[in-house]
Amino acid sequence: MTRHRPGLTLPSEIAEAVHSINPSTSRRGFLKASGALFISAYLGVNPTGRALAQAASGSAGPYPIPDYRQLDTWIVIHPDNTATFHVGKTDGGQGTGTAYRQMMCDELDIAYDRAVLIMGNTDITPDQGGSGGSDGIEVDGWPMRRTAAEARRVLLELASDSLDTPVAELTVNNGTVSVVSNSSRSVTYAELIGGRRFDVTLTGDNINQTRGLADVKPVQDLRVIGQSLPRYDIPAKVDGSLTWAVDVKLPGMVHARNVRPPVAGATLASVDEASVSGLPGFVAVVRRRNYLAVVFEREEQAINGARALRAEWTPPAEAAFPRSADLFDFMRVQTPTSSSRTVITGDPDAAFAVAARVLEADYEVPFQGHTAIGPAHALADPSNGLMTIYSNDMKIYGLRLGVARFLAMPEDRVRAIYMDGPQVYGRTAADDVGFEAAFLAKELGRPVRVQWSRDEETAWDTKGPAYTFRMRGALDATGRPVAIEYEARSLDYNHVGYNEPDTVLIAQLMGLRPAQPAQGGAALPSSQYGIEHQRMVGHVVSLPMIWETPLRCGNLRDPNGPQVTYAFEAFIDEMATAANADPVEFRLSMIEDSTEDALFRKARSLATVRAAAESYGWDNRPSPNPLMAAASSPIVNGRGIAYTFRSGTVVAIIADVEVNRETGRIFVRRLVCAHDCGLVINPMGMKYTVECGMLHGLSRALWEEVRFDNEKVTSVDWASHPTLRHSDTPESIEVIIVNGDPNPDRPDMPHYGAGEACHKPMIAAVANAFHDATGVRLRRVPFRPESVLEALRQQIS
Amino acid sequence: MISLSINGTNHDVDVEASTPLLYVLRNDLDFKGPRFGCGLAQCGACTVLVDGVATRSCVTPVSAVRGQITTLEGLARNGRLDPLQQAWIDEQVPQCGYCQNGQILTARALLNANPNPTDSEIRAGMEGVLCRCMSYYRIQAAIKRAAGQSTAAFYNASPAAAKSGVTT
Repeated sequence: MTRHRPGLTLPSEIAEAVHSINPSTSRRGFLKASGALFISAYLGVNPTGRALAQAASGSAGPYPIPDYRQLDTWIVIHPDNTATFHVGKTDGGQGTGTAYRQMMCDELDIAYDRAVLIMGNTDITPDQGGSGGSDGIEVDGWPMRRTAAEARRVLLELASDSLDTPVAELTVNNGTVSVVSNSSRSVTYAELIGGRRFDVTLTGDNINQTRGLADVKPVQDLRVIGQSLPRYDIPAKVDGSLTWAVDVKLPGMVHARNVRPPVAGATLASVDEASVSGLPGFVAVVRRRNYLAVVFEREEQAINGARALRAEWTPPAEAAFPRSADLFDFMRVQTPTSSSRTVITGDPDAAFAVAARVLEADYEVPFQGHTAIGPAHALADPSNGLMTIYSNDMKIYGLRLGVARFLAMPEDRVRAIYMDGPQVYGRTAADDVGFEAAFLAKELGRPVRVQWSRDEETAWDTKGPAYTFRMRGALDATGRPVAIEYEARSLDYNHVGYNEPDTVLIAQLMGLRPAQPAQGGAALPSSQYGIEHQRMVGHVVSLPMIWETPLRCGNLRDPNGPQVTYAFEAFIDEMATAANADPVEFRLSMIEDSTEDALFRKARSLATVRAAAESYGWDNRPSPNPLMAAASSPIVNGRGIAYTFRSGTVVAIIADVEVNRETGRIFVRRLVCAHDCGLVINPMGMKYTVECGMLHGLSRALWEEVRFDNEKVTSVDWASHPTLRHSDTPESIEVIIVNGDPNPDRPDMPHYGAGEACHKPMIAAVANAFHDATGVRLRRVPFRPESVLEALRQQIS
Repeated sequence: MISLSINGTNHDVDVEASTPLLYVLRNDLDFKGPRFGCGLAQCGACTVLVDGVATRSCVTPVSAVRGQITTLEGLARNGRLDPLQQAWIDEQVPQCGYCQNGQILTARALLNANPNPTDSEIRAGMEGVLCRCMSYYRIQAAIKRAAGQSTAAFYNASPAAAKSGVTT
């Protein structure tokens, strides 16, 4: 028999980082001065001395804000000739941590297995904002590469002195510098600096501009970048040894559960604490206006306590929102709260007036949620008048700052430690729960773990905005597209940001409000189509209730892209059909008609669409497939393409679907994705991320919809809110890495993001393939069997 | 006191009989493999094997457990990963990885009952285990990679251990 008691349980690399590597350790005891170069003794483990140490950034608290202009904030070389990299990012499971390590190892000239990477510890790693926008590789990778290159330059200068040889006559191989003409004369990085810290000041007006004197290597010299190295984080996720944010335990910690308003906008009239105060393990009922939580010693006690608590809630006088079944009719008649600038090219009115053929179509996308597999959770420790939050929040620095403001604590007395957790594809409830844990911990003076329930997560997490679209297109007598109009309506008013102390859910329930709600946005499509006459505009509309409601919008994996690209690329497909043109040829000819841009997106779009078609084995013909119209079997097949770009990443997806006309089931048998994100750091990691990003899009296409009545969300678990399952998985997924740069050998090939672009065109690809199989257009997401059968019935009637 | 045999070791716990096994494993005994996902037996994140049968610990009262429990931590034998775990690494299956405990253990139960499943048998056997990163394609590839490998030989390498956790 064994007995266990809760103790501090952190992964060793995080524990080491938290307790021994702290940039507040002063840079003193200079050993050497060489131009701008200073090296100081590394003082090592000194947690109790932290409060006395002065951080270079000028912040004096126990949890200083790391100074990104100091090289040792980014890179530490150890006596065993290994390196630790500190970066201000997180990895939601796309392997970006592995990619960052590859980039820095390559520039530093150290083997991949001789380095470790620490991410997202707010008092240790520089504030790169955490993750989001697929910009980790595209933007944040540059300061990582440049600081590693600067460390290499500094080490070469030290070696030059040590070996009494000019830098130009030295070479580096895996952390050992040697003389080119005499390799027996060498010195290791560890011998030069191991155990001591760099004292090198960097430049840059913001962290993205951080650099030293060194330049990054030309692409042709990169060796670790470009390798399909296995992800370092996977073994511990497979053998059960990883400590996740959900696993952290602290002495004396207690468990809290929120008690949410039963209907949106309800006011908490009274709470009967006696209904739970006699239950075993009772610690507290905490109430602030409409925020309500129970706290118990044990987790299952907290779950039971939240159910047992008697509270009186007063519903609002007016309905909070229309029923989800009436949502699109509601959206179409609202007066917009704001509108985008109308983008006009050419003279669309004149073009439509003389067009040989004009098409119109409406499209609809409901609210869709994050609905993480593991509901939101956080642990907050208020010991010693400080605050530490253990969280999987991808915006871990924003969490620190937001909580500090919310609790009126100095920022350098609050820290947030990123640890692995369930998916973080945008602004999730990880933000909300971090504030709740910190608030309760401060109230109770004990470490508090808050865990959201399944229904709480599915109902109350932020949503991707619902959209309606009206599309018009014009063809001339030869079938050439001459004009297009795009008008979107997005239910995105009061879109909440990340970790805002006045919009996180607990703040709303406490009655806090920003002076102005966020206006939200309605995005325009991204394409390289050279249609001569265009008009594009997006309007934002609002629900009646915008505060204390579960229907609140926040960023969800490419916040508008899947919706917008669905409407746009599905309509382009309708125009191709009207023109009796092959959908690939139709797109290629429009791209040919465009002008090239600074990112070479014309050339790269052509290459990407062609690569997808070629890899698929696309035969040139219009849709729908005439063979399918004549088919007697209930099963028909079709193929569909959709294309778009996101920033510098260009993507084309072809879906091959099987439709059962009797059951309404769509099965995507095969997916082909041609993907150009510039320089690829880790091809395997990128491909697998694209596979999963496409399937996430497929889940949104086939299954996902937030449903609600007039007062509450009714899709609250995996039965009422279905998601993609094993049986929906394609039999074959192919990801083709394209390099469509007109000068693919240029030494400065940029690296773009890969987490979201592939997610954008998926819904459209499925809808277009469905049409190819059946001749029927699906104009409302999701394409569940009942909707598919209804669409097929309407076609017949 | 309630006695549990987990990964070949006996544990006594002093908790309410109705306490879900999940919270005893995680909070009293510090196992990290089983994870909370829904509390409704809908997603599979909390899966453990009980005498080789995939069991949802979030809805299993601790007092109702009869048999040998195997968690993700207990799947390896003598320092060797289960062939499924190795296949998971070889195929680089996880994205975030939160659900993979349930994916791996459910696949283990599937292969125990059917060492060479067809593609459709894999889909059917895994249907109730959800992944919100949608790593399904890699999961199925990993199961195919591990299927047919001699799990009998793997467990026979340590007959005592084979009896302690997983039955075939």
